[in-house]
Amino acid sequence: MPEIKVTPLGAGQDVGRSCILVSIGGKNIMLDCGMHMGYNDDRRFPDFSYITQNGRLTEFLDCVIISHFHLDHCGALPYMSEMVGYDGPIYMTHPTKAICPILLEDFRKITVDKKGETNFFTAQMIKDCMKKVVPLNLHQTVQVDEELEIKAYYAGHVLGAAMVQIKVGLESVVYTGDYNMTPDRHLGAAWIDKCRPDILISESTYATTIRDSKRCRERDFLKKVHETVERGGKVLIPVFALGRAQELCILLETFWERMNLKAPIYFSTGLTEKANHYYKLFITWTNQKIRKTFVQRNMFEFKHIKAFDRAYADNPGPMVVFATPGMLHAGQSLHIFKKWAGNEKNMVIMPGYCVQGTVGHKILNGQKKLEMEGRSTLDVKLQVEYMSFSAHADAKGIMQLIRMAEPRNMLLVHGEAKKMEFLKDKIEQEFDISCFMPANGETTTVVTNPNVPVDISLNLLKREMALGGPLPDSKRPRTMHGTLIMKDNSLRLVSPEQALKELGLSEHQLRFTCRVQLHDSHSDSDTLGRIYTYLKSALKNYGVQHLPDSTVIVESIVIKVTSSPEEPNLKVILLSWSYQDEELGSFLSTLLKKGLPS
Amino acid sequence: MKLYCLSGHPTLPCNVLRFKSTTIMLDCGLDITASLYFLPLPLVHSPRLSKLPGWVSKDGAVNLEKELKECSGRVFVDSQPEFCLPERELLDLSTIDVILISNYHCMMALPYITEHTGFTGTVYATEPTLQIGRLLMEELVAFMERVPKAHTATCWKNKDIQRLLPAPLKDAVDVCSWRRCYSMQEVNSALSKVQLVGYSQKVELFGAVQVSPLSSGYSLGSSNWIIQSHYEKVSYVSGSSLLTTHPQPMDQSSLKNSDVLILTGLTQIPTANPDGMLGEFCSNLSMTIRAGGNVLVPCYSSGVIYDLLECLYQFMDSANLGNTPFYFISPVANSSLEFSQIFAEWLCQNKQSKVYLPEPPFPHAELIQTNKLKHYPSIHGDFSSEFRQPCVVFTGHPSLRFGDVVHFMELWGKSSLNTIIFTEPDFSYLEALAPYQPLAMKCVYCPIDTRLNFHQVSKLLKEIQPLHVVCPEPYTQPPPAQPHRTDLMLELQHPPMAYRRCSVLGLPFRRRYERIHLLPELAKSLVLSEMKTGVSVATVSAVLHSKDNKHVLQVREFQNKPRPHASCHGTA
Repeated sequence: MPEIKVTPLGAGQDVGRSCILVSIGGKNIMLDCGMHMGYNDDRRFPDFSYITQNGRLTEFLDCVIISHFHLDHCGALPYMSEMVGYDGPIYMTHPTKAICPILLEDFRKITVDKKGETNFFTAQMIKDCMKKVVPLNLHQTVQVDEELEIKAYYAGHVLGAAMVQIKVGLESVVYTGDYNMTPDRHLGAAWIDKCRPDILISESTYATTIRDSKRCRERDFLKKVHETVERGGKVLIPVFALGRAQELCILLETFWERMNLKAPIYFSTGLTEKANHYYKLFITWTNQKIRKTFVQRNMFEFKHIKAFDRAYADNPGPMVVFATPGMLHAGQSLHIFKKWAGNEKNMVIMPGYCVQGTVGHKILNGQKKLEMEGRSTLDVKLQVEYMSFSAHADAKGIMQLIRMAEPRNMLLVHGEAKKMEFLKDKIEQEFDISCFMPANGETTTVVTNPNVPVDISLNLLKREMALGGPLPDSKRPRTMHGTLIMKDNSLRLVSPEQALKELGLSEHQLRFTCRVQLHDSHSDSDTLGRIYTYLKSALKNYGVQHLPDSTVIVESIVIKVTSSPEEPNLKVILLSWSYQDEELGSFLSTLLKKGLPS
Repeated sequence: MKLYCLSGHPTLPCNVLRFKSTTIMLDCGLDITASLYFLPLPLVHSPRLSKLPGWVSKDGAVNLEKELKECSGRVFVDSQPEFCLPERELLDLSTIDVILISNYHCMMALPYITEHTGFTGTVYATEPTLQIGRLLMEELVAFMERVPKAHTATCWKNKDIQRLLPAPLKDAVDVCSWRRCYSMQEVNSALSKVQLVGYSQKVELFGAVQVSPLSSGYSLGSSNWIIQSHYEKVSYVSGSSLLTTHPQPMDQSSLKNSDVLILTGLTQIPTANPDGMLGEFCSNLSMTIRAGGNVLVPCYSSGVIYDLLECLYQFMDSANLGNTPFYFISPVANSSLEFSQIFAEWLCQNKQSKVYLPEPPFPHAELIQTNKLKHYPSIHGDFSSEFRQPCVVFTGHPSLRFGDVVHFMELWGKSSLNTIIFTEPDFSYLEALAPYQPLAMKCVYCPIDTRLNFHQVSKLLKEIQPLHVVCPEPYTQPPPAQPHRTDLMLELQHPPMAYRRCSVLGLPFRRRYERIHLLPELAKSLVLSEMKTGVSVATVSAVLHSKDNKHVLQVREFQNKPRPHASCHGTA
């Protein structure tokens, strides 16, 4: 029985270090290769020894596919390809290919230069890793090899985010990566056609949330920023350089413009301008409105948002600062946070999800005292606000995607176990399909039951379709007789006559005959006439013929009537049919046994 | 399988393929050369063009002085320029299911096909093809609507009158089917029927046929198309290039194993080498500028102009042209320059890698930033106050019959210091210049046509080995002007099937098989018996379901006897 196996090495009942192995039709594919923000030890990367204990990655994997540039989806890529060792193709979209190395380099710098870790991948390794990348275009069918094909769909989540369909023969799997089912200020909504995959592997970050309207969230956000700025406070918004940052920049920019506000807005790190440049060049990946107007006004040229300098953090007066990274686990955002945390006039707004172990996660859980490196503690007096702006599908969105793709099975990753449990029940109830949620290292096996493709001779097909009337009538299924010839790995279905001819065989006919006794006080020919009339009305869709040689013929079935001179009223009806018409023949004999209508 | 040929023009094709109950139109090119029979449309009042004498036949019997004007020793139609459309009578256009577009030059007749014909199908094109095609249509409409003509000349088209007219008017063919330009509303409506596709995307048509665009290397988003079922494969090759210019390189290997290959859009100037022409373009340009003259480059607003600008970008400093202003004037100049920068996925590797830096892929961004290249929607407005001479002007339309170029012809034509450099291969430059004669201006003909030449195409065909080749008739014989050049025609082992306008070709196909799926239960129930070594046979009795051109066989269900009509009579 053909089967598909799915094993998460990361993101199984967890958010972080997404890495999912899929075995389908004899091919092995790695989906994403991310790092975990919550750990600083070995657990930060997926456990590749799962594969390497049996040999090299390159021998095992047919390809690696990266869904988008967030580090929890691509952060382990140079480690995997250059340090563990993988030389096969790595697929990602153009924007991901452009932006991913920059974030990797950033990550490397923070880890190696700031934290002083050794045994980490180098800048050269990032470059070598990127040389193995093959760019993917949306909807393009990429033939990885003769049998394995992949296709990318728009996922919305961040610039260049993609969902991928993996197909071998008639079996297929769709992996969503992270996606968003509602268009926002700069990206469109995820979309997929009714591709009916055997398994749909979906993220489930917001498995239990149904988010209120986006407009409310935006209004709330603007109100909070505005109030804090009005009372002279500072607002820190930890973000990742690319993604939500641009969304919130567009939001604040338009608000500042409309309200004519003067407080400065800053964007930290040198990435700003570069990041916005990517958005300008990959404008075809943004939403329709931005694409349509970009010649007149490019939404990514900001008037109110300036580059941040470290020294500005100590400036008096109100300001808004976007700083990286988004989970307050390192870098500039953490640096600024430490400076501002002691003042209750200030505010930090967490616009996205924070994984366990990060400062972001701790303060969101209401922790008021933080232990910092070197045993010092930090009092958190500033206001902490959480506002979900991360562009993940919520429960409603996930259900919507299932409706779009119509999968035969569902598999959840990239979420918390408890929330997954809830969604799993919901999916199984609503769609009546199996839903799986394997933990890391646990394998889910799904048995597929694919059809067998066969070449049918056009003559046979046309003959059959013609018999069914001008249009094939699905309401009245017809039995078709053919001969399947298997030769040199090809399967051909031809008419029995053609098969006999081709194989040089002579035909043997197998006929059944049957006698039915019936009392009828008419002459033989009248009885036959009555049988003819009866069958003609009973079998409206069949050709019933009354031949001059005193026979009635229905398809291959021959009907005759005889009687002995002794008992002229006891008629013996002779029925004879070929093997192929066994069904009709036995039906007719049963029918006639019941007698003729008076 | 049949091919209906609605256009005989080899580079502006329009063919319709009937294949497995689908009707597929391949391109709909618009032949704009018909506009050469018309007087130019001046943007600014031209005393010369407004005082032309009307035409009356020598014996005075035919008087068309309102419609025809004598200009530079020839007779032109004084009316809004018209275009020659694809044939519309050969088959019912409302039966067309889909239109496949190969590049933005080959879609200009789209509104004539999709509007007012009952067309209800879908048009497939890549995103750059759609966006740039839209710009070119917008430009065409703007050129026409900026200079409205009070009346339309129709009398001269009367067959009995036309044959009395002087050449070349009397030899113009199919004049009755010539049409004026469409409106913006029609353009929008036509383009709303376009569905975007990416290279190598597989699009299913009614479950019967699969179509897929492949990169053709000719222009941004340009494609060849594969039209195939499980057993038959037709390749449609249109406007392809093997030269390394800005677009993604041509995908050749996917064209292999075709049963039929329809070949159109080869180079129109097989004797000119594009690289040589580019060199000549640069040297003529700098010579004129150095002598204090102006250079006029009539061109389309997208395509080769990007390469010309890039070439000048590299060349201008070494040639001391650093201070010469370059002007690009077109209603869509800005959009065209902006759009060219956002299609990284569709560009050659070299340009793609620039976007990763991130830098704009084309250097014209830098030319604009440093004020070396300026673009204007028209000669009116800012341009008139900012314009400095000597300069280089890129503007349309290359037919010299409409657009801002008409003004520059009137302005600069009288001075021998100035030069006009023709780079577009679509129009005979002598014909284009006819209404402006006598000219003092220097004329240089540097046609740059990057499409496949005969040498390249025969090499390509050897490699991909299609069973049959279909091509426009002109490709099967040497050019009429050079009958001895047998190298300038297609020479194949099996002679190609040639078509001309209005041909209907039966394509040599014998379909013998169709794909059918056995449901797993049925497949399991089959008993194979080996008849000879390697040949096994099983008899199949199963129920056939056909839906949306997909066929499925499933197990007969005996408990549900298919005899619905039997119970209708009482039994004795």
